Amino acid sequence: MDKPFAITLNPGSSLANHTGSWRTARPVYLDRLPPCNNQCPAGEDIQGWLFHAESGSYEAAWRHLTRDNPFAAIMGRVCYHTCESACNRGKIDEAVGINSVERFLGDEAIKRGWKFAAPTQESGKKVLIVGAGPSGMSAAYHLRKLGHAVTVMDAGPYMGGMMRFGIPKYRLPREVLDAEMQRIVDMGVTVKLNSKVDSILDTMKAGGFDAAFLAVGAHIGKRAMIPSGDAAKIVDAISVLRSMEGEDKPLLGRRVVVYGGGNTAIDVARTVKRMGAEPIIVYRRTRDKAPAHDFEIEEALQEGVMVKWLSTIKQAGDKEITIEKMALDDKGFPQPTGEFETLEADSVVLALGQDVDLGLLNGVPGLEVTKDGVVKVGTDLMTGHPGIFAGGDMVPADRNVTVAVGHGKKAARNIDAWLRGETYAAPPKHEVARFEKLNPWYYADAPKTVRPMLDIIRRQSTFEEVQGGLDESTALFEARRCLSCGNCFECDNCYGVCPDNAVIKLGPGKRFQFNYDYCKGCGMCVAECPCGAIKMEAEDI
Amino acid sequence: MSALQTVKFYQTGTFTVGNRLLAPEDRSVQANMQRTNSLNSGHRACQGCGEALGARYAIDAAMNATNRQLIAANATGCLEVFSTPYPETSWQIPWIHSLFGNTAAVATGIAAAIKVKKQKGQGQDVRVVAQGGDGGTTDIGFGCLSGMFERNDDVLYICYDNGGYMNTGVQRSSATPSAARTATTMPLGPEPGNPFGQGKFVPAIAMAHEIPYVATATVADLRDLENKVTKAMGMRGARYIHILVPCPLGWGTASQDTIRMARLAKETGVFPVFEAEYGELTSALAIRRPLPVEDYLKPQKRFAHLFGKNPAVETIARIQAQADKNIRRYGLLAKETV
Repeated sequence: MDKPFAITLNPGSSLANHTGSWRTARPVYLDRLPPCNNQCPAGEDIQGWLFHAESGSYEAAWRHLTRDNPFAAIMGRVCYHTCESACNRGKIDEAVGINSVERFLGDEAIKRGWKFAAPTQESGKKVLIVGAGPSGMSAAYHLRKLGHAVTVMDAGPYMGGMMRFGIPKYRLPREVLDAEMQRIVDMGVTVKLNSKVDSILDTMKAGGFDAAFLAVGAHIGKRAMIPSGDAAKIVDAISVLRSMEGEDKPLLGRRVVVYGGGNTAIDVARTVKRMGAEPIIVYRRTRDKAPAHDFEIEEALQEGVMVKWLSTIKQAGDKEITIEKMALDDKGFPQPTGEFETLEADSVVLALGQDVDLGLLNGVPGLEVTKDGVVKVGTDLMTGHPGIFAGGDMVPADRNVTVAVGHGKKAARNIDAWLRGETYAAPPKHEVARFEKLNPWYYADAPKTVRPMLDIIRRQSTFEEVQGGLDESTALFEARRCLSCGNCFECDNCYGVCPDNAVIKLGPGKRFQFNYDYCKGCGMCVAECPCGAIKMEAEDI
Repeated sequence: MSALQTVKFYQTGTFTVGNRLLAPEDRSVQANMQRTNSLNSGHRACQGCGEALGARYAIDAAMNATNRQLIAANATGCLEVFSTPYPETSWQIPWIHSLFGNTAAVATGIAAAIKVKKQKGQGQDVRVVAQGGDGGTTDIGFGCLSGMFERNDDVLYICYDNGGYMNTGVQRSSATPSAARTATTMPLGPEPGNPFGQGKFVPAIAMAHEIPYVATATVADLRDLENKVTKAMGMRGARYIHILVPCPLGWGTASQDTIRMARLAKETGVFPVFEAEYGELTSALAIRRPLPVEDYLKPQKRFAHLFGKNPAVETIARIQAQADKNIRRYGLLAKETV
């Protein structure tokens, strides 16, 4: 009534104008699977634990990490970190040093004495685990967490399996290994050492076990037919590495020939170098075709290990061996050339791979063995015999610690479900957050922090750890290099860049919501989201 | 921008709007859940409007810097048309619509009235902002603007530069870049698009008035923009901030590319981002990843006639020369420190 001249309407807010009706496509928040997580054989939520480490919450980070893998300090040393090859940051500058941060967290946990909580409720079920290696102890950890009574039996005198008897001290100090093994025993896991299981069914029956997980590993060194004199000293690599753990160190002489091109060959060569001998690796193919990781070959060469590429051993004698030069054919296979050479050699160490001792499985009905001499398992890791599961080096898979640890977790989940008469169904995976989904502009420039290496003289003569760790400030820096691919890290970009204020900020830890009443669907939030956690979806019109 | 980053490394540095690793007081105004949202939802700007975004960025920062004691005078133009169709308004601040050409004068009047009221012991110290598009600033309102500058009136004038008269159908202004197609500079004849050697760069003219503060900014560098507005509101006298706001309609770009285009304008040197006090250049926002001007021109349909089967190599080279001149004149290639 009392409006000024020529004014007929009351002033109103533009909120009455729902511009959301203009939209032909709508933005939606989503989580994508970071490529590191997708790659991890142990199924770690790498990005998840880095998130905690970024704010300096190291204990929270370690607890998040150990939800999937109890061995952070071991992993931070021996894992081949294929996650880093998958890391999207590698396309900006260098991959995030995931492995070095993992080691920092693992070492921090040992230093601070962080422990795993014992289960709050007992399930009343008993599970037998054969083998106290990475796979067995990982399964023990996960099964114990789920409340099952776990007994681990191992033929050896110590826990750790191949982590102790296959990986040299200079890569994995024994205090670290012991600390992470003991932490699992402290959860209430029974470990019986020097207890070889000769028959799985008998042992299960005698102990009243409801299920079993076999993780005996592969310990029998493969032999090659090498014509040799009576006096020639030929031993296998695993025996050499195992004897390093006892009182009687192996006597191999001065000139030691290591036959093979895998990681075990490198480990043996570097071990005997440290004992004062002169190792020489003989391998039938080329460096790029060798199964050993290139960084390990590089470290061995730095330490003075000699390598004869494209060579096979024709004959082994008392003080010398004969090798034949090879040439790669069109298909990349080595073919003999008829050219021979003599090498001085006091002993020959065979590092040609390992077989599994399947003795304990004799007479188990339903169980099948592949032609490679490993145990056949389903996707749930159960063997042909109900209730008996298997993992690690004794099943068909890549043979490394991380894969073994992953098997332990997977087996534990399936055993747990099986004990309840159910089938474990893994939650569906999100789509992978590819680099193209990111907006890398927003990440500050920050090159990778390099871990310190032990100096070369000490590497050649002692068993001190070769690779050092990060300290707190460098670990924090490294963690913060994470791009958080595919998962919102609350950078507020969507909230800021919307020209229509159509993004609602829900507060710390609660992320954001779209206000579709006003969102015009311009897509700016999608384009400017650094980590690719928003996508456009067509509207039904 | 790197100067803002007091801590060595925070994942995204200060490039993103917020950052959970920074203390709340070190984050941007836009990251704050209590920001004013001076230009509210429901406005009728096009999808992906750079001007709507730039206006909220700038006025929210000014509101924050003045403890919400702010009045804005607004020239006719896109910003006024899309925010206040009778009887609605999107503004959540005291706001007055002026004519197309007299915003600077209206703001001067408001500032004078506040001054008198204060002398009489009435009212608080309310600060004044004038704002308009490039048409209302560099063409139609230029006389009033120059007057406001030379009198050193206590007003911050913000120009949102989208390079033309966009809401009336994309006509050329004196801020339209060389070679750009508009409704009045069609890509025809021997020199298609907006002719070279015409137009003006008002920040340089503002500097020539030797006023206390002149700055340029883009919607791609929020922290820089907010800092400049905050700094300007901490000063008295005539101040001028010129913000590049890409226009999806007039530039012929995709609506999601608005910020990207502003970033490309800065990274190629096409639009220099700097600040000056009393006529002297005091700082420049360094180019982070130098790029050729083609990267900026190609995504825009207003430059489409430069590409295609027979690229206008010479014209592109002339635009590159303009960018190179900016880089030299404003020192845009200074080394960034992490």
